[in-house]
Amino acid sequence: MTTARFGLSRRDLLKGGALIVGFNVAGPLTFPNSLAPQAAAATPDPELLDSWIAVRADNTATVFMGKVELGQGTTTGMLQIAAEELDLAMSQVSAARVDTNVTPNQGPAVASLSIMDNGPQLRAAAAEARQALLRLAADKFGAPVDRLKVRDGVVTVEGDPGRAVSYGELVGNRQFNLKMTGKAPQKPVAEYRLVTTRVARVDIPDKVSGKYVYMQHVRVPGMLHGRIVRPRGQGAYGDGARVAGIDAGSIADIAGARVVRKGDFVGVVAEREWDAVRAAEKLKVTWDVPPRLPAPGKLFEAMRASRTADSVVVETGDVRAGLAQSAHVTAATYYGPYQSHAPFAPSCALADVGADGALVMCSTQFPHGVRNMLAQTLGLAADQVQVRYYEGAGVFGRACHDDCAIAAAIMSQAVGRPVRVQFMRWDELGWDNYGPPHLADVRAGVDAAGNIMAFEYDGWHHGWNTAETSQELALGGPVQPPVSGRARLVNKETLSAVYAMPNVRLINHHVPGLDGYLKGGNLRSPMDLSISFASEQTIDELAHAVRMDPVSFRRRNITDPRWRGVLDAVAQAAGWTPRFADAAPSGARVVTGRGVALGTHIVSYGAAVADIEVDRESGEIRVVHLYGALDAGLVVNPALVENQIEGMLIQATSRALIEEVRFTQTNVTSLDWKTYPVLRFADHPAVTPIVVQQLNERSTGAGEEVMGAAVGAIANAFFNATGARMREYPMTPERVRAVLRA
Amino acid sequence: MPEELNIRVNERLSAVAADRDTPLLYVLTNELGLQGPRFGCGLAQCGSCSVLLDGVEIRSCITPIAAVEGKSVTTLEGLPALYARQRGLANPPALHPLQRAMIDEQAPQCGYCYNGMIIKGSELLASNARPSEREIRDAMNGHLCRCGSYPRIMKAIQLASRIMAEERR
Repeated sequence: MTTARFGLSRRDLLKGGALIVGFNVAGPLTFPNSLAPQAAAATPDPELLDSWIAVRADNTATVFMGKVELGQGTTTGMLQIAAEELDLAMSQVSAARVDTNVTPNQGPAVASLSIMDNGPQLRAAAAEARQALLRLAADKFGAPVDRLKVRDGVVTVEGDPGRAVSYGELVGNRQFNLKMTGKAPQKPVAEYRLVTTRVARVDIPDKVSGKYVYMQHVRVPGMLHGRIVRPRGQGAYGDGARVAGIDAGSIADIAGARVVRKGDFVGVVAEREWDAVRAAEKLKVTWDVPPRLPAPGKLFEAMRASRTADSVVVETGDVRAGLAQSAHVTAATYYGPYQSHAPFAPSCALADVGADGALVMCSTQFPHGVRNMLAQTLGLAADQVQVRYYEGAGVFGRACHDDCAIAAAIMSQAVGRPVRVQFMRWDELGWDNYGPPHLADVRAGVDAAGNIMAFEYDGWHHGWNTAETSQELALGGPVQPPVSGRARLVNKETLSAVYAMPNVRLINHHVPGLDGYLKGGNLRSPMDLSISFASEQTIDELAHAVRMDPVSFRRRNITDPRWRGVLDAVAQAAGWTPRFADAAPSGARVVTGRGVALGTHIVSYGAAVADIEVDRESGEIRVVHLYGALDAGLVVNPALVENQIEGMLIQATSRALIEEVRFTQTNVTSLDWKTYPVLRFADHPAVTPIVVQQLNERSTGAGEEVMGAAVGAIANAFFNATGARMREYPMTPERVRAVLRA
Repeated sequence: MPEELNIRVNERLSAVAADRDTPLLYVLTNELGLQGPRFGCGLAQCGSCSVLLDGVEIRSCITPIAAVEGKSVTTLEGLPALYARQRGLANPPALHPLQRAMIDEQAPQCGYCYNGMIIKGSELLASNARPSEREIRDAMNGHLCRCGSYPRIMKAIQLASRIMAEERR
């Protein structure tokens, strides 16, 4: 029986220094087993300055942030903000590893909120620290604070160049012991020298050299390797996977492999990883999984026929009257599929659970959230559980990382040793919290002059839940019905805030998620792809009905200068030539088209233009070039946002053309990269990212907001190429051929 | 049953104890502590675990350890030294030119697939000093990236090709 070596506290970090793990530490990390077991440490109090920033004797600063790096560059952007306010160089700041006992709780890294919500928190803390340091320097010099200047953490007195003191000399390795006042003056935007510049990402050198420590690399002495055992591919959510029988003898020939069971949670552990992999594959388990999913092709029928909870999301004017006054009315139904997070690497976690405490290392997007789930599952108090973050492969929402963390903890608790669990490819794809499907009826009208008169949208989807599979299997009991404040709402920003429309009605039909559907989760740009696919094709149809250029038509119906600005930016970058968006009559087998669309997630302004080719015989769509423009307010680092826009354009292409979770009535059958294909290297489009910098606007999200626009633009380009409309995505060759035959 | 096998990895001969059918990946990561090759699918579908075997890219997740006996395995960690040998340089550079180009292009997001991208890209550049865009797309097509950084990897391979041409002079 080993003792859980949890309880790395902030004090240890300040004393030791060396345990602070920045993003430039070389070599594999070792477990801090030099630390004696101790009582669990509390999460740092965000009201205390020391919770955010520690100044070292060598005149560097460690920044404690609660938001995790997911490959989006948040760490770099946050360090830029801190260095800016502290008047330090980038080389003088580093980030502490996110850990529930070391870094403050800043909530989950979701919805592209990190820079928007948590940037200001960090900026305020850095400003407090700078003010405190200046006061200390003023005392030392006997000079007023307003005569002091700082450069790279060295304070000098104006007009007295001989006198200088560094931050490190003032407080190095000591605590500030100050409360946050919220009143420290912050630097005006005009004086920024780091924020708004293209600082290189701090994590990239180690990521290309092989020195970067991903979760999958973490090992501790004495650990076992674990694998979960579940049916290949989940069934209907709420049914779980009931164990009818386990034949432990089926793995008797794998020396040292053991079965771990808690309720319906089943796993295997072994000294050697390959033995754990083989044992998980070989273990004979009889499962009771009822066939309760919709039959092939019947998903949308089932959603429409379900007993929905309906709500009016937006109602302005009188849609019926607006439609009656319209010169042209368009009505159509649109369909969007289940899609998977499908991270490039499956989830991994390492847990060390003792009788009165646990340390769990994992790739969670929300350390404090998973801590509570771990505590519940293990029968511990939340403050007995320490969660430490290591980056894994990009997940783009709630993939299986928390599920895996709980699985590792269950197994460690059962065997009394640290256990490292890595999901297999089929576990990750088959037991994902999928982006839910969406069904929409859209009706809209336009007058003869090209003014949108009415827009009506009825959307169906089942939203998602926040429970994790391992916990549900282990504890049993009734599952929570899938709900979520936002998940239940159709996206009113994209649907009603882009265009000035006198009559709008948005209805949300919440499908009961326990009535035979897959488990839903927030997948990058939740619902936005389906919604922009439907709404932006509708807008294009209105433009076509009045024989107007799609860009001019949109501009005519936009009053918000920021929507107009982002539309103009993408049109200019793409060299958009105004034209009537009819299909060029062509007998050619391969035809080309260009389309435009707008969209967002919660905030920020996204626009895209797509150039595509369609092979009318094979039905293949090739996206040749995508342009994506984003107005996300004040952009801390335009290079980071350009990288995000490029990634969004590529991933949106994959989701628009290829990605769809397949299932039988019993279980998911998309279990690897052949049965869940994604966009490959040979087929990727050229991309042009455009950042619309807004120095006088607050920073808003920049990781999701171009996805919907890109899908809409591809769909509109298809119409431009062929004269036909795709009402369902992914726009596979099969669906394209069916539409072109019709 | 585990037996002792001698394998040459990054020009060092190591004795490892493993069943002969153990995939090379698990030996590289768990016995030798290497961080370059890493698990992605276990099915040779994604390229996450790629290493060079006598200079040719293979998938270590499905290659039994017994199959590499008597051959030379190069991982991401050994790439700069392999490059130095290929080019007759006295000292290996800190990074392979393609690694430097990946930094210059600020290519990765999560970066997890970059082991495979760099291994495969370096194999391409070793046999084709000036690959065309079409040749790069075809050569790299067995390597997936989920963050959508294909365009930057393309640019980085083209940049590395120019860096290597410069260094040849």
